[in-house]
Amino acid sequence: MILVLAYSAVLLSFFSGLLGLMMHRRQQLLEFSRNWFKKFPSENVHGQSMIAGYLEEKRFPVLLRKAVFVLLGLSGAFAILAGLSILIAREVVTDRIGLGLPWLPWHVRFDCLSGFFFLIIGIAVSAVSLYGPGYVNSYKESHHPFAVLSLFTGLFVTGMLLVLLADDAFFFMIAWELMSVASYFLVAFQHENPANRRAAFLYLLMAEVGALAIILGFGVLAGFADGFTFDAMRGAHLSTTWASIAFMLALLGFGMKAGIVPVHVWLPEAHPVAPSHISALMSGVMLKVALYGLIRFCFDLVGDVHWQWGVVLLILGTISALGGILYAMMQPNLKRLLAYSSVENIGIIFMVLGLSMIFMANGHPQLAALGFLAALFHAFNHALFKNLLFLGAGIIHHQTHQLNIDMMGGLIKKMPKTSMLFLIGCMSISSLPLFNGFVSEWLAFQTALQVDVLDNGVLRSLIPVAAAALALTAALAAACFVKVFGLIFLGQPRSHHCERAREVQDKGMLAGPALLAGLCFLFGIFPGPVISLINGVAGQLLGQTLPNDAALGWLWLAPVSTGQASYAPPLVLIGALIAAGVSFWYLRRNPSTVMRRAETWDCGFGGLTHRMQYSSSAFTMPFRRIFAKVWIIDEQIDKDMRGAMDQDVAAVHYQLQIQDHSWPRLYNPIQDGVNQLAKLVGRIQTGNIRVYLGYSFVTLIIMLWVVS
Amino acid sequence: MNWLIAVLQTTLFVALAPLLAGWVKWCKCRLQNRKAPSLFQPYRDLLKLTNKQPVVAEQASWIFLIAPYIIFSATVLAATVVPLIAVDLPTSASADVIVMVGFFAFARFFLALAGLDIGTAFGGMGSSREMTISSLAEPAMLMAIFTLTMTASTTNLSFAITHVLNEGLVLRPSFVFALAALTLVAVAETGRIPVDNPATHLELTMIHEAMILEYSGRHLALIEWASQLKLMLYGVLIANIFFPWGIAATFSIQALGYGLLAIIGKLALLAVVLAIAETMVAKMRLFRVQEYLSFAYLLGLLGLLSHIILEAAR
Repeated sequence: MILVLAYSAVLLSFFSGLLGLMMHRRQQLLEFSRNWFKKFPSENVHGQSMIAGYLEEKRFPVLLRKAVFVLLGLSGAFAILAGLSILIAREVVTDRIGLGLPWLPWHVRFDCLSGFFFLIIGIAVSAVSLYGPGYVNSYKESHHPFAVLSLFTGLFVTGMLLVLLADDAFFFMIAWELMSVASYFLVAFQHENPANRRAAFLYLLMAEVGALAIILGFGVLAGFADGFTFDAMRGAHLSTTWASIAFMLALLGFGMKAGIVPVHVWLPEAHPVAPSHISALMSGVMLKVALYGLIRFCFDLVGDVHWQWGVVLLILGTISALGGILYAMMQPNLKRLLAYSSVENIGIIFMVLGLSMIFMANGHPQLAALGFLAALFHAFNHALFKNLLFLGAGIIHHQTHQLNIDMMGGLIKKMPKTSMLFLIGCMSISSLPLFNGFVSEWLAFQTALQVDVLDNGVLRSLIPVAAAALALTAALAAACFVKVFGLIFLGQPRSHHCERAREVQDKGMLAGPALLAGLCFLFGIFPGPVISLINGVAGQLLGQTLPNDAALGWLWLAPVSTGQASYAPPLVLIGALIAAGVSFWYLRRNPSTVMRRAETWDCGFGGLTHRMQYSSSAFTMPFRRIFAKVWIIDEQIDKDMRGAMDQDVAAVHYQLQIQDHSWPRLYNPIQDGVNQLAKLVGRIQTGNIRVYLGYSFVTLIIMLWVVS
Repeated sequence: MNWLIAVLQTTLFVALAPLLAGWVKWCKCRLQNRKAPSLFQPYRDLLKLTNKQPVVAEQASWIFLIAPYIIFSATVLAATVVPLIAVDLPTSASADVIVMVGFFAFARFFLALAGLDIGTAFGGMGSSREMTISSLAEPAMLMAIFTLTMTASTTNLSFAITHVLNEGLVLRPSFVFALAALTLVAVAETGRIPVDNPATHLELTMIHEAMILEYSGRHLALIEWASQLKLMLYGVLIANIFFPWGIAATFSIQALGYGLLAIIGKLALLAVVLAIAETMVAKMRLFRVQEYLSFAYLLGLLGLLSHIILEAAR
């Protein structure tokens, strides 16, 4: 039954992709319907005219778009249902589908871990399908055909869902590739721009290199098992060395998809160029699928984790978290900024997952469950608020035709509803109390604070350093998103586009983000239900639940014990309402002191303009000076002089380029190396046919010698 | 009963905060050979501001208008968490010390947004600087607090203080480091010399004042009150975590009275130290603040490491 729900989700998303292909088949459909009615003449004239009406030239595309997104939304709803029902039932369902290679049918397994990620995907896809119809309206059919977009969106979602269902390496890789390749076409959707093509190629390249690493990782496991099914791999016994090799390969492969530093470089290139609802899916959900892969690989397939792996994850995660947010801060392009912030959040998840591994390997499964819980809950939260922010960025782009936050400002008055939703996203991602981001971060800190139970001195001093880095990350994230919200929505408009911007008219475009924002707030106040769901995942995967799962209620959050740490968001909310209410009531009691509006203080000079405001680069200038070594900063100031002696400054030109260290340090050498190698190989390519015949002859002789 | 005490403590916090600010000012004036204003001057200022009609910039949006209420209530919520005269607070359980740091972040988030809202250079400058300083100070503070929470193995402030109280007078190297770190952070976070100067409106140096330049009337009163509350909060944190003696462990009238007297004495002493430090030290350049705060961060980390390596070693 549960599996039927999951299959329906997969099939619905697949059909939504196929349905989009009908976009250019209106004539055929028209003819088909005519023939149909000729063959089976019916009394129902009303029905005939209705279908003919649907196929009218004007109405057809609009209806089709809606239908595609309705199917996608249904797929999301079914995914949510499937995920919830398996999480509540706490079961494992397996199945076989007779597709694929003849001697290797596709094995399907649906357990709590898959179910939890089904839930994440379901929520994200539902929000996107509410948002989609309004957003894709702006694409011109001749330049950006809807058929392409919807086909690959459908395939992309299908691929992600199938990855979660896969129970053998072949099926897993097929689904994985479906997801990667479909998303490549989505990144390349606006391919008229060379930069977009370059970004898409980079994405494809890294996705394939990653997939290669994953295949090798599975290969190592399969070498010790008798087959490619995950069940066989679970039973295999690996030596520590081989297990570590498999882990490193999986880490490389899944880390590349998840966007861990230093293999994160495709994220800030690919996410900004995809359509916004696709970047929302890629950033909010696809990275989570990579996370799922890593968790499945390490905790489930390899079985016994080693603490050294945890340390690797912890260190990589820390670097990604800090690096991600510092790079995010410097980006003027909103979607690039959000992409870097995804690197940060994935880093946080990896850190906590690393902690979980360390506790697991040191024989503290309950604390491992706590870390696991924090990691998965943060993944869930990140899916919610990052989706929300990307959809918000899409609305802003849709209304102002800008993504450069230095060109925005004052949108809070033009777009009040969007600004409210975006504010909730910013507050969640900055992990402020009462919102969901805070809860997962609180859990992460609680995990790190349990370090006292470990015996290893190095770990005992390493983990607090990581906790310190986590604290710094959180504070920097708050600064970054103050900048984002402040520059986009507050102050005076910095461009004409922003001055003329209006609130988005399409209700669905607001409903999608509103759904996510509501969930961000809801799970910030009542995190209990989600945590008890994840507790089931931990119980199934790690064989251990939270130390104090009796205390999991709707009111209190006390994961270790009530004496050690507790948090009651509803009480905090009530307290906040009381405090704000009392002060508001007291201060507003006298009607004679109602406020008065007046001109902004301009130091007596008059004429404040939007150019006097702080810009993005001005806001982050102190950070640029303090953390100068983190970026490659290229700052240029040119002055135009005028006057007889060139003594007056006419204009100042300021240019700022921020570059990622990983390009010159890592990727350019690799690129050069590949080029060098190609040149070496090129030497034997003389272009002379006799030489080539000689090569074949020599090869043949060597082969014969080897065979004999 | 517990909840009653919690409400009483919070009320005391809110009521006494201006007095502490007045006392610091009084001490500073006496140290600088000036005639001091009355101790109750901050109360008069607040009363005057609440009765005035606020003037709001045309550019301001609703963020600017609700920010003072949010800042004030977040700070009050932070105050409910910190044991003032008695331990065993129910509110410390509903929000632990990490949540308290979160409340400060909440208030700061809206303060910085309000600074950006009016669209002037001053507002942006203040917000940018505030976020810079706080993003360095917040981790340093968490490090100092983690030292405490790991020693007491709880993040609940009431329980942690009880733990320190029961341990008696033990000289822990980690606590010395943590005390130093927390003191440095407190000075930075409450905007005192040498990081910021609450008494000037000089464009090159101001941080907190730059953000609230456009506020007037009751909005200004709320923000001022919140910052006085924050000063007192940090004072109480330092006093009650590192020197908890005197705080009431039971809820008898006598014990509570002692607790009140003890905390007033401790805070008065701390304020004198602050006033002396502010008189003797000059304000730093803005880009020296990072060195100051990374020193605090380092101290916090050293505290944590010395707890782990020296004290909890096995």
